[in-house]
Amino acid sequence: MKKSLLALTVATLLSTTAMAQQVTVVTSFSKDVTDPIKAAFEASNPGMTLEVQNKSTSSGVVYLEETRSNNQTDLFWASAPDAFVTLKDQGLLYPFRPNVEGIPETVGSYHVNDQDGYFFGFAASGYGMMWNTRYLDANGIEAPAEWDDLTEAQYHDHVVIAAPSRSGTTHLTVETILQGEGWDGGWKLLKLIGGNFQQVTDRSFGVPDAVNSGQAGVGIVIDFFGFSARASGFPVDFAYPSVTTVVPANIGVVTNPPNLAGAEAFVNFLLSEEGQLVLFDPAIQRLPINPAVYDRAPEGLPNPFEDAQFASMMTFDGNLSSQRSAVVDALFDQTITFQLENLRAAIGAIQAAEAAAIGMDNAEAQALIDEAIGLVAALPVDATAAISPDIVDAFEGGEQASARQSQLEQEWATFAQTNYAQAKEKAEAALALLS
Amino acid sequence: MADISLPQAKAGRRVSGLVLLMLGIAAFLAIFLLIPAGTVIYVAFTEKGTGAFTLVNFVDFFSNDLFKRSFANSLYVSAMSVVWASIFALPLAVITTRFEFRGSVLIQTLGFLPLIMPPFVGAVAMQLLFGRNGTVNLLLEQNFGIRLPFMEGLNGVIFVQSLHYFPFILINVSNSLRQIDSSMEEAAQNLGSSGFRLFRKIVFPLAMPGYLAGAALVFVKVFDDLATPLLLNVKDMLAPQAYLRVTSIGLTDPMGYVIASILIAVSIFAMWGSVAIMKGRDYSTVQRGGGGLARRKLNRGEAVLAYGVVGLVLLLVLSPHIGLLLLSFATIWSFSPMPDGYTLAHYGRVIGESSIYIRNTLVYASTAGLIDVVIGGGIAYLVLRTKLFGRQWLDWAASAALAVPGVVLGIGYLRTFYDVTLPDGTPLATLPIMVILALAIRRLPYALRAVFAAMQQISVSLEEAAENLGANKSRTVRRIVLPLMLGGLLAGFVTSFATAAVELSATLMLIQSTSEAPIAYGLYMFMQSPAGRGPGAALGVIAVILVAVCTFVSHIVIERSQKSLGMKK
Repeated sequence: MKKSLLALTVATLLSTTAMAQQVTVVTSFSKDVTDPIKAAFEASNPGMTLEVQNKSTSSGVVYLEETRSNNQTDLFWASAPDAFVTLKDQGLLYPFRPNVEGIPETVGSYHVNDQDGYFFGFAASGYGMMWNTRYLDANGIEAPAEWDDLTEAQYHDHVVIAAPSRSGTTHLTVETILQGEGWDGGWKLLKLIGGNFQQVTDRSFGVPDAVNSGQAGVGIVIDFFGFSARASGFPVDFAYPSVTTVVPANIGVVTNPPNLAGAEAFVNFLLSEEGQLVLFDPAIQRLPINPAVYDRAPEGLPNPFEDAQFASMMTFDGNLSSQRSAVVDALFDQTITFQLENLRAAIGAIQAAEAAAIGMDNAEAQALIDEAIGLVAALPVDATAAISPDIVDAFEGGEQASARQSQLEQEWATFAQTNYAQAKEKAEAALALLS
Repeated sequence: MADISLPQAKAGRRVSGLVLLMLGIAAFLAIFLLIPAGTVIYVAFTEKGTGAFTLVNFVDFFSNDLFKRSFANSLYVSAMSVVWASIFALPLAVITTRFEFRGSVLIQTLGFLPLIMPPFVGAVAMQLLFGRNGTVNLLLEQNFGIRLPFMEGLNGVIFVQSLHYFPFILINVSNSLRQIDSSMEEAAQNLGSSGFRLFRKIVFPLAMPGYLAGAALVFVKVFDDLATPLLLNVKDMLAPQAYLRVTSIGLTDPMGYVIASILIAVSIFAMWGSVAIMKGRDYSTVQRGGGGLARRKLNRGEAVLAYGVVGLVLLLVLSPHIGLLLLSFATIWSFSPMPDGYTLAHYGRVIGESSIYIRNTLVYASTAGLIDVVIGGGIAYLVLRTKLFGRQWLDWAASAALAVPGVVLGIGYLRTFYDVTLPDGTPLATLPIMVILALAIRRLPYALRAVFAAMQQISVSLEEAAENLGANKSRTVRRIVLPLMLGGLLAGFVTSFATAAVELSATLMLIQSTSEAPIAYGLYMFMQSPAGRGPGAALGVIAVILVAVCTFVSHIVIERSQKSLGMKK
């Protein structure tokens, strides 16, 4: 045992010193994504090997922060743009200009690359809904087309989403809805959908997993989760709603990389036609950022640079998004994730009352239902307060904080709990009037 | 075992040898547990933004409804899991050790399997079988129009946790039962005791150290476990709350660390409680040998009943493995009682790379298990056989490792050891030995409890007798204590080894390259994509078989050593 341990240690020591041409990348992407790209990269760059370190996005960020004094990582490679913004702010990314020509400035309304050249989009992703066709058939539910559809009673207890505080991509979906529908309208929509949630998962992949295995009917996901599951043979499908945005998935060079030339070679390869074509692999199914390869796209994969649906997708204000990101996450957690049972009960009661009200002209009951919806939609924080320093600093640890994060959270949770309980009572009163 | 063998005879030097042993263990725990975890946890005592010392975060904890609810839920779930785990474990333990029962070793091994369920795959398999639209519920729905919420809410967590951790009770109680000398039972029978009274008055009290050790482990492990509640989407429990806060991007929220501190405090309290119950009672026996209790023959009716109970319990506790096996052969399995079709392709995909994972897993887990038995044996000896000041603290410090979230330990290792470099500039934290040490620390409480229970059963008078006959301390330990504890040491090793083999949370931070990765890490890389589910499950099956074979072999070794002890007598 000791011998093999020693051998292992020696082998490790040798491997770090001898192989100067090793390119080390920390990534959140699964083996299905990294293996084909690794193979293609090593084939086109003989002598280089890609060393993939798989970590969740948040572990990856922590890892780079903790190891910065003696950095051994060349590249960080993940979906969520907010992780890259965090790394950039901490000075952990190294600016550089890839040599690949023909990459457009924007995809949808989002800049493909960081304006200061710290990270680069290598694929585009849109947000939408995936569903399990067997599940929907068995439960007699229609496939959804718009976010609004998910508020319908037929989806009650069938929808699943990842918590935006845990999943950078879901955070962007939530922010997209908030920007598309406005702060108040957006939260109202989110809470009405939230009342239909079966689960709020803590991993992005938890959502497609629940839909693929048939535990849940509809999932709010990033497009490639739907496309790759469909291409792998699962009975699922995916659609973009009209209020969505496409944002790039990114790669960036880490500050002070052990192998800068190798890091740059990998970014250039990834953006080249050769590298971009690998994204069409059935297990990857990402939308390439290089428009030149779309003529070779497999059937069923949209082209974000040409298809009309993407042209109509809304613009996305990245500054606003990053300003209030902690507040949005905490608000979602405190009023939806951790209040899920109460919210579900309130929405369930409202849906029951609404169903009973159809065809009955009962103004009093209708008023109670409207009140109940108003109570669910009400917010403890308005759009201005959400970006005010006294609240933002409570989360970021700034000086102008008016309260500690835990105090605000407790306040918001109590607000939501009280409102949901009252909404449930009103809806039940309405139902009593109608029956 | 170098740490346990002690220097030569003279009283003064003997004490200093023990002091050295104690200081050595204390240093080990300080360097590899307390300091790394401390560098992370101290955030709990600082004000956000300024970093000034404060206790206000603890006030916030107890004035926050979500945290209070989480605290209560965690206590409830842990206590109920102990109850259910006992219900699963005790029949298996009693039947396989007290009766002549075919396949006892096999059952002991199978009963151990739930502990070695690798992360992710187990929960996926459980959902496919018992989930809302899993096999059982789909069949119930089709045939009877009902569904049972096995996996929903707190009860779902209790269900999965008690299936997962009952082996802690099984393994410790079985070991205790084996240690009981048949003469105790015979004496009671001669005095007219039999049946349930015999069990209650003699067998159960004598097996008590093992039961309490196992029950305390189940309680603490369930209290601190975050994977199962998260995978069942139960978030209002303490460990998931800590995890959710510690691992959010770019946030430095002290509350996650406050919760981690509270987890550690409760774990130590539970361990202390299990020791306090034993205090003032002596369950050691002088007689040894005879291979444990006399095994009674079962008559026909009893045999049918016993096999029925064992079969039922095994079927239930092995269901995740059955699900995993199906998943590893399945083409597509979605919203249907059984997979659409079967294939060998998943094994074909992982077989090439699995050899490196297997080798790493074996090296890491067995080294970690060895370290645990040595350190655990040292601590148990110091606590039970010496009066050295502060020895109890070693026990508590080691037990605290149970409650340190893996990700906290991983970050702590990076923080503590990354800037310490080898001459060529390689950071210490990137060496595989760090992964091994992290695993050893994480699994030390398991080995410690098993070794502790084994030593509690050995009467100190045996050692005194040996010393009176002129044996020195080290010779006594070697010739008397170690042989008598062999079962407990092996039980400790097996528990550490098997659970370390599937550990992920701490290793995820520390693994530097695929060539150093253990199986659990390979699994993690596969299980993030729809097409990777099958290969991930295949790798999971390989891991389970691998660890099961090792466990089976060590059970045979335990049986043999028991028998040979009996023969010598």
